[in-house]
Amino acid sequence: MVVGAEPVVQARGIVKIFGQHRALDGVDFSVRPGEVHALLGENGAGKSTLIKILTGAYQPDGGEVILDGAAVRFSDPLDAQRHGIGTVYQEVNLLPNRSVAENLFLGHQPTRFGIVQRRVIEARARELLAGYGLEIDVRAELGSYSVAVQQIVAIARAVELSGKVLVLDEPTASLDRNEVAKMFEVVARLKARGLGIIFITHFLDQVFEIADRVTILRNGKLIGTKALSEVTATDVVRMMLGKDLAFDHGGVGVAEAVQGPVRVEFKSLGRQGKVAPFSLALHEGEVVGVAGLLGSGRTEMARLMFGVDSADGGEISVGGKVVSIRNPAQAVAAGFGFCPEDRKLDGIFGELSVRENIIIALQAKLGWFRALNRDEQNEIAGSYAEALDIRAADYEMPVKLLSGGNQQKAILARWLAIDPNFLILDEPTRGIDVGAHAEIVRTINRLREEGLALLVISSELDEVVAYSNRIVVMRDRAMVAELSGADIAPSVIVAAIAENQGGRA
Amino acid sequence: MNRALRPLVATTAIFALAYLAAVVQFPAMFSTRVMGNFLTDNAFLGIAAVGMTFVIISGGIDLSVGAVIGFTTVLNAVLIMWLGLHPLLAFAISLGVAAAFGAVMGAAIHYLKVPSFIVTLAGMFLARGGASVLSPDSIGIKHELYTTISKSYILLPGGGRLTVIGMIMLLVFAFGIVLAHRTRFGSYVYALGGSEVSAGLMGVPVARTTILIYTLSATLAGLAGIVFSLYTSAGYSLSALGVELDAIAAVVIGGTLLTGGYGFIAGTFIGVMLQGLVQTYIVFDGTLSSWWTKIVIGGLLFLFILLQRLVFSAAAPRRKVFWKT
Amino acid sequence: MKRVHWKALLLRPQFFALAAVLLINWLLFPGFFDITLQDGRLFGSVIDVLNRGAPVAILAIGMTAVIATKGVDLSVGAVMAIAGAVAAVLVTGGASAVVAVAAALAVGVLCGLWNGVLVTYLEIQPIIATLVLMVAGRGLAQLVTEGSIVTFSDPVLIFIGTGAVLGMPMPIVIASVLAIGATLIVRKTALGLLIEAVGVNRSAARFAGISSGLLLMVVYTFAGFCAATSGLIVAGDIRGADANNAGLWLELDAILAVVIGGTSLLGGRFSIPMSVVGALIIQAMNTGILISGFSPEFNLVVKSGVIILILVLQAPMVAQSLRKRFTAERKA
Repeated sequence: MVVGAEPVVQARGIVKIFGQHRALDGVDFSVRPGEVHALLGENGAGKSTLIKILTGAYQPDGGEVILDGAAVRFSDPLDAQRHGIGTVYQEVNLLPNRSVAENLFLGHQPTRFGIVQRRVIEARARELLAGYGLEIDVRAELGSYSVAVQQIVAIARAVELSGKVLVLDEPTASLDRNEVAKMFEVVARLKARGLGIIFITHFLDQVFEIADRVTILRNGKLIGTKALSEVTATDVVRMMLGKDLAFDHGGVGVAEAVQGPVRVEFKSLGRQGKVAPFSLALHEGEVVGVAGLLGSGRTEMARLMFGVDSADGGEISVGGKVVSIRNPAQAVAAGFGFCPEDRKLDGIFGELSVRENIIIALQAKLGWFRALNRDEQNEIAGSYAEALDIRAADYEMPVKLLSGGNQQKAILARWLAIDPNFLILDEPTRGIDVGAHAEIVRTINRLREEGLALLVISSELDEVVAYSNRIVVMRDRAMVAELSGADIAPSVIVAAIAENQGGRA
Repeated sequence: MNRALRPLVATTAIFALAYLAAVVQFPAMFSTRVMGNFLTDNAFLGIAAVGMTFVIISGGIDLSVGAVIGFTTVLNAVLIMWLGLHPLLAFAISLGVAAAFGAVMGAAIHYLKVPSFIVTLAGMFLARGGASVLSPDSIGIKHELYTTISKSYILLPGGGRLTVIGMIMLLVFAFGIVLAHRTRFGSYVYALGGSEVSAGLMGVPVARTTILIYTLSATLAGLAGIVFSLYTSAGYSLSALGVELDAIAAVVIGGTLLTGGYGFIAGTFIGVMLQGLVQTYIVFDGTLSSWWTKIVIGGLLFLFILLQRLVFSAAAPRRKVFWKT
Repeated sequence: MKRVHWKALLLRPQFFALAAVLLINWLLFPGFFDITLQDGRLFGSVIDVLNRGAPVAILAIGMTAVIATKGVDLSVGAVMAIAGAVAAVLVTGGASAVVAVAAALAVGVLCGLWNGVLVTYLEIQPIIATLVLMVAGRGLAQLVTEGSIVTFSDPVLIFIGTGAVLGMPMPIVIASVLAIGATLIVRKTALGLLIEAVGVNRSAARFAGISSGLLLMVVYTFAGFCAATSGLIVAGDIRGADANNAGLWLELDAILAVVIGGTSLLGGRFSIPMSVVGALIIQAMNTGILISGFSPEFNLVVKSGVIILILVLQAPMVAQSLRKRFTAERKA
């Protein structure tokens, strides 16, 4: 790394606002030539928004992007690429249906009399990939190769067409250990060539392995930029999850073990490649918090419990009776509810009214012929909307017009309406305003007092600590710790997450 | 083997076996005469199907081709018989009108962000309606050029005739193969069918390519209309009814994926020939009725849709990679 | 408690469009609204619009539910031909009309089930899945009729196409019963809401515990049933089954009727009565063109104009600018 070199690209005081939500709030970021700069943060922290601004997919609402010392404005990703900034996305944005060679040169194929010179392209493709240590049949369909090869082809194309800065957006998310090693060899070569590399990931060990500096974002704000030689894994986890570094005192939560009867029990539930078999029992009136970084298997665990993905093996029992849950409909029949992480994709019915969004699960449970009439619907929707303080001018308006927080409350209301035994909340407070946030935390506490069993996944550590009776920690797609009593403290959780993550923990 | 090739291989094998079986039963079917007729009788379908192949590879569909064929026959007849234009000038005008029509449909699909089947449905209504407004009745075309063309052919060994319109179809297929597989435009078409988002990020001019694809399809449908009018020496607004369905069937049976991204112009040729074979077999048999064509084509269509699902829904095979160490 | 706002309902643009078309027809042909009673059956141009519009209206009833689930059924025209053919061949072969009607409806249901299986269990895109039956269906109908137009004189079948109940022609009666019945069923049970939920967001529907598979099967089967009913009416009307022309291109009219009625091709909110209104608008234009002396094919030009108008109005860019203007005016 060239210490003290001028940054090749720099973002200063970037602000990006979507509706009323500040996705980025005055963020500074820079990459030097020959540097690998890791960008870390949970979902919704603003990583992808920042990248989209740097690569021209979004225009900033405030601040400026500086390339080679001059302020620039990219009209779109192609424009950014022409200026030297290339991007490789996690879901490889190439064409799996076309040959490797064509993917490398699409749009730039040399032609003679309008006829593409296939041999020339293939020869150049072979040569180019050889520079990355890859010898493959470049005439074969890209989709017939592993994701790792596709990633390297994408990198080769991006570097070929841009050449100053390379953005790698979670390139290792679906690679195995050997492939990650190969990928890092490629990154090291490019670093040696003097490219500035932005590396986005949620694997801490990889950050420590490859990156020179790290920048951490949380809730759209810059938490800090550190040289990796100066920090430990624990520091990084803390910066990612904690509200500040000073809250590290144990026992702020409820911290009482619950002795009530077991409400639901999961025995050695697991799915190959998703989450290792785990067992967990939840009592009446208990909140079990789930801590762990993105990609740790926390969401996969919830999906297995709710039958969204089917488990390879294991057993689920409700109130001591074994039930079969192979799909969400059976989970709902068993009295389970699930507020998914991706509200827009898996949660709300955007075009349908607030009322319909609230009663839909109950109606699905009742079946086709026991329709709730309009009065019943209004009563149910009205009472839950009121209890959760859903702010809508009218319960007949489409739910997509509500704010994120009110949408989340509507989904919560949907599950409360079926009078559940067991409720799973996956990141219930992410990306919502402060008022709704407080309301949801209050509701979690109230539901516990009313005797419900809850599983709450959250990356807000001090929040989980505040309402959980027990906390399970997920890491590397497995349940690695179960904390209770005095152990329910951010420092213990951070230590459990950071364990074995990089050499300097 | 490249998995995209599998449906094509299946089609070729089915065609070869079916032809063999037909020849065993009716040895007369193995002659250049029959083969020449295959080409002549299906020329208009083949030409339109080439355009349809491009549309389907790009992930769209064009329901207007039959109507554009019908419209072009009428427009030709009107220009030649009523306005007294020379057929060659009439051909040029017809192709121009068809091309403009396709360009407008392509632009509507891209800029209005509507599914292609709705836009081309409107196009189908407009072209059929426009043809009937021009002339609801069939117009016979009498011109020496028409007579010359229909009399010209290359005599094949064995007494078969390769007619001018048969040759036009073969040329269109050759042109289509080069365009699809050997030009930038061709790679853009496949790119759109693979992923419009990725294609855009990779610098494919999405708007221009979309417009060109539908322009190409409509122009070829116009050419098919000219060929149809040469074939029948008439212009009629209701001619080539339902040809869009035959063309779609030929494309799919020829191994092109209906959801886009994969396909071969050469496969479409076999798809067209397979339809011709079914028709010819029915004629030779004499006891079977014409409707069996539709049923067999529908059955083949189903078979190939199912085959494509099986081939493409299975996870892509991973190639062994040799890493340099 | 909210009740349906009848005023707001009648102020929808579709009713204005229908009124405008009828008004133009009346201007072209002053006797347009005259209705007479002859031999116990109502006659008149308005009755004619309703009567001729019935087959497409019935198709549109089934198509509405399919489109609401984000699907489409291209095969309904071909299914009409098959159902008509089955009924005609059975009665000419000596079967009773009841058997013939039941068999025709059963065949329609079977066709719908076929489409449903392709869409639901083989997960083939609806437009592609139903294309198979669109291509092969007419051939199957010809297979049943052996290529000829099978004429019949069975009074019951003819009554379905041309008879009248209390002066009202049968097609109108059948379409009304189906429209009202289907509307009541989807709105009085939870079906309507669940269909809309699946159409709006299939993934969220799964998370909410809705089993969309069975729902889709029912919807496609119902579309097949409607197509068969429509096929019986058309056959009864011409006293025969014409496998080539019965229901030709009517699938496209039915889709158009649904779209005019305001159900989005992207699925979600639907209204069966509004689709019926859409079918009537199409038929009123047909009738208007006929009585003003244009060739019936001119219709196609007008129809394409209507589609283009709807597409432009629904286009994201246009819709956005319209909304902006509208809100600006409201603020002003």
